[in-house]
Amino acid sequence: MKSNEFDVIIIGGGITGAGTQRDCAMRGLRTLLVDRSDIATGATGRNHGLLHSGARYAVSDPESAQECIRENMILRRVAAHCIDESDGLFVTLPEDDLDYQKTFVQACRNAGIRADIIDPDLARRLEPSVNPDIIGAVRVPDCSVDPFRLCAANMLDAKLHGGQVRLHTEVTGILREGNTVKGIRTHNRNTGEDQEFYAPIVVNAGGVWGQELAQMAGIKVGMFPAKGSLLIFAHRVNNMVINRCRKPSNADILVPGDTVCIVGTTSSRIPLEECRNVAVTPDEVTLLITEGMKLAPRLASTRILRAYAGVRPLVSADDDPSGRNISRGIVCLDHETRDGVKGLITITGGKLTSYRLMAEMATDLVCKKLGVDKACETAVLPLPGSEEGSYEEVAKKIWENPTTAQKVAAARMGSRVSRIRSTDRRDEALICECEQVTMGEINAAIDRLEASTLTDLRRRTRVGMGTCQGEFCACRAAGLLAKAHGCIEKERADIDYFLQERWKGNFPIGWGDTLREAEYTQWVYKHVLGI
Amino acid sequence: MQYQEYTQSENNFEECTKCTICTAYCPVMQVNPLYPGPKQAGPDGERLRLRDPNFFDEALKYCLNCKRCEVVCPSEVRVADIIQSARIKYESNPPKVRDYLLSHTDTMGKLARPFAPVVNFATRQPLTKATMDFTLGIDKHRTFPSYSPHGFEGWLKRRRKEQAAFPEQVAYYHGCYVNYNYPKLGKDLVKVLNAMGIGVQLLEDEKCCGIALISNQFIKAATKNAQFNVEQLSKAVEKGLKVITTSSTCTLTMQEEYPNLLGVDNSAVRDSLLMATRFIYEKLEQGATLPFRPDFHKRVAYHTPCHMQRLGWGVFSQRLLQRIPGIEFTPLEQSCCGISGTYGFKKENYASSQAIGEPLFEQIRSVNPDVVACDCETCKWQIEMSTGYKVENPISILAEAISDKE
Repeated sequence: MKSNEFDVIIIGGGITGAGTQRDCAMRGLRTLLVDRSDIATGATGRNHGLLHSGARYAVSDPESAQECIRENMILRRVAAHCIDESDGLFVTLPEDDLDYQKTFVQACRNAGIRADIIDPDLARRLEPSVNPDIIGAVRVPDCSVDPFRLCAANMLDAKLHGGQVRLHTEVTGILREGNTVKGIRTHNRNTGEDQEFYAPIVVNAGGVWGQELAQMAGIKVGMFPAKGSLLIFAHRVNNMVINRCRKPSNADILVPGDTVCIVGTTSSRIPLEECRNVAVTPDEVTLLITEGMKLAPRLASTRILRAYAGVRPLVSADDDPSGRNISRGIVCLDHETRDGVKGLITITGGKLTSYRLMAEMATDLVCKKLGVDKACETAVLPLPGSEEGSYEEVAKKIWENPTTAQKVAAARMGSRVSRIRSTDRRDEALICECEQVTMGEINAAIDRLEASTLTDLRRRTRVGMGTCQGEFCACRAAGLLAKAHGCIEKERADIDYFLQERWKGNFPIGWGDTLREAEYTQWVYKHVLGI
Repeated sequence: MQYQEYTQSENNFEECTKCTICTAYCPVMQVNPLYPGPKQAGPDGERLRLRDPNFFDEALKYCLNCKRCEVVCPSEVRVADIIQSARIKYESNPPKVRDYLLSHTDTMGKLARPFAPVVNFATRQPLTKATMDFTLGIDKHRTFPSYSPHGFEGWLKRRRKEQAAFPEQVAYYHGCYVNYNYPKLGKDLVKVLNAMGIGVQLLEDEKCCGIALISNQFIKAATKNAQFNVEQLSKAVEKGLKVITTSSTCTLTMQEEYPNLLGVDNSAVRDSLLMATRFIYEKLEQGATLPFRPDFHKRVAYHTPCHMQRLGWGVFSQRLLQRIPGIEFTPLEQSCCGISGTYGFKKENYASSQAIGEPLFEQIRSVNPDVVACDCETCKWQIEMSTGYKVENPISILAEAISDKE
């Protein structure tokens, strides 16, 4: 078999694609994953980072709720280092209907989700940032998850199982021979190289862009993109997820994620053409702050780090062009039976929480078509990094007296942190001071996790995600990339792009300390470094 | 935008723009590679500790709490407060016997004073020093300040009537050092103020300001002292008295650390606390006079203690000294002496402590003054031990420069 021939090609490096590649690779298939930019650039990296318990869907969509709680419990085991088992609260405010709580708790229990009504006083003690006016509280097993880390761990495991990954590689065409898909034509955006890859099965995991991909194969898949905007606050205000106990609505979830917390979302339908360039509007910012304050009043005086928007890849369940029949559930389309086109599968819809199940469904279908009979093991075998216990145990095993940076690295990388153990003290030098990312961790991401730009590094290591937003770390990390690639000119452009992208997130909330910080960054780069 | 006109967090760590000037000015950073520096230990670390308290770094104990980071911060972040609060909240190592001995200055003073000559003799013996070094971890190079057999409080109480006769009155918070170790400074203050027609009263009662308790993690005891002192200070303030002090660290502790670290409300007394040099300087500016001796001559170099710098009042001491006829005045460059209270007494900190102070010692040697002036008693011990030059509070120099009796 030639080097450009595979058993299965997966298009899309979001969590669905990465999860599908891992599953396929673990079942012994030769896999290739391609993405036009980086992993987790679409909806995967643009959400709350909430690992749903399912409680949010318990009333409206019991099937999704059951999926969520099952997957939630599985991921706590197999993706432990990506997950913060924070638990969540569903709080009732004076303006909310307390009767809804009963309906809600009953629905949760029916779906198999543990939901305990607790005294509002206990809720205030458990989560001191919560609105003190709450009149009811329910505790549920919500968690927060780092989608970038989760995605990178899936990709890494796929590679460890022989999978190939081509990032910054855009699909320019789907190769068809009659009614059979044969492979894909690609364009590498870094090198400019055009290349074809062949496989009997192509999996379309392009998220909201899956419609365009299907079109290349002459197939119609109706996406109904819905934009959601969120705000990132500069530090953790809450340690538990806080939800409103009412019918799901705007800006009613506050999730603690790593060093920050995130409030969201809004929801508005947008045309497909706008999906690549969504911006947060001033009205959305106002709405997010106003509603967010009702969850945790302290948000009113907490620095906002960024605003960002993502696009939910909602899809019509069948061929209904009106969009009335929109599903938030998992959609796995076998285009052979649906459209008479062999060798193409579309996996879409679903949620971050249910990505593993989506991957399993897609892989089951791939295996059936290829005649491979091997059971799915992704619910049992841990992801790389999640094999050992807590980060404290991991860090203690490696370092006698771990420093903050070492503990933080262990919390981020899990057991993989042993890879950055080094006798070279330079590896301990901090590149990103806000998030305490060391040179060793950056180099490990360049070597093992396919990071070729600063933005790629950010997704894998949190470099540039702290309060300084790249002010100090961008030039340092760029130096390491330049060294790895042997190219300085490209890194100059990379810094420019990275800082512009940081500013894009600062702009909608550009006031106060965030603005001062951005201004300072500009002095450093423009006036001191001359970039 | 109607929301978010300002951002504010507990200890305002979010106002940090990471400019790193605090790290550039941190005296510990220059000498101790184990210390992560004020920016990382302070605002950066705070975000991580909020994420997970286990991210607390034991190396925060190397912070001197000199507050130079706060002085240089252009964003007015209370960096040292963030670090000290984190130590209070997360530090897990229990204080040692040594830390108890060093920090309970009131108790130690009361115990030692009746036996002052014996204690002073004993603590100066090389054998005692070696033993304390070995068993307690108090560095053998250090000498404990001598205890005075007669306390300042008793001395002033005996002069209560005489002091009450002056038309204007102030209260004096003398602190442990003046009472137990060096009553002369208190007496000098009384002499100067009396010469200006001002009588000096004691507070009804006072306890140690508590700074040594705070830095050695005896937070309950420190809080108790703080509450007690604020109550005593309030009584004086209610009577319309200003409260004068002669130690920059006691003053900073009562003004800043009480509310910011211990959560003790001092708003009723905060603005009535004044360093004596500021009080006297302002009086002289308003037209008061002092009977300066015509024959006085001294070459004085002034060292601004870190906490005086944080108060922003070093300028008053300098200007006051410069007013004395016959003074040849040299201001020393801003630099920490390295002792930072009980910090430098600890064996593990001795080397850093001396390394931090070296640039200052070098300056003093090159200026070669008759006396070094400084508002802080621990700076005095450090400079005297490390350079051999005599160190006096500006008030004592002032007292020496005026005639004994008119």
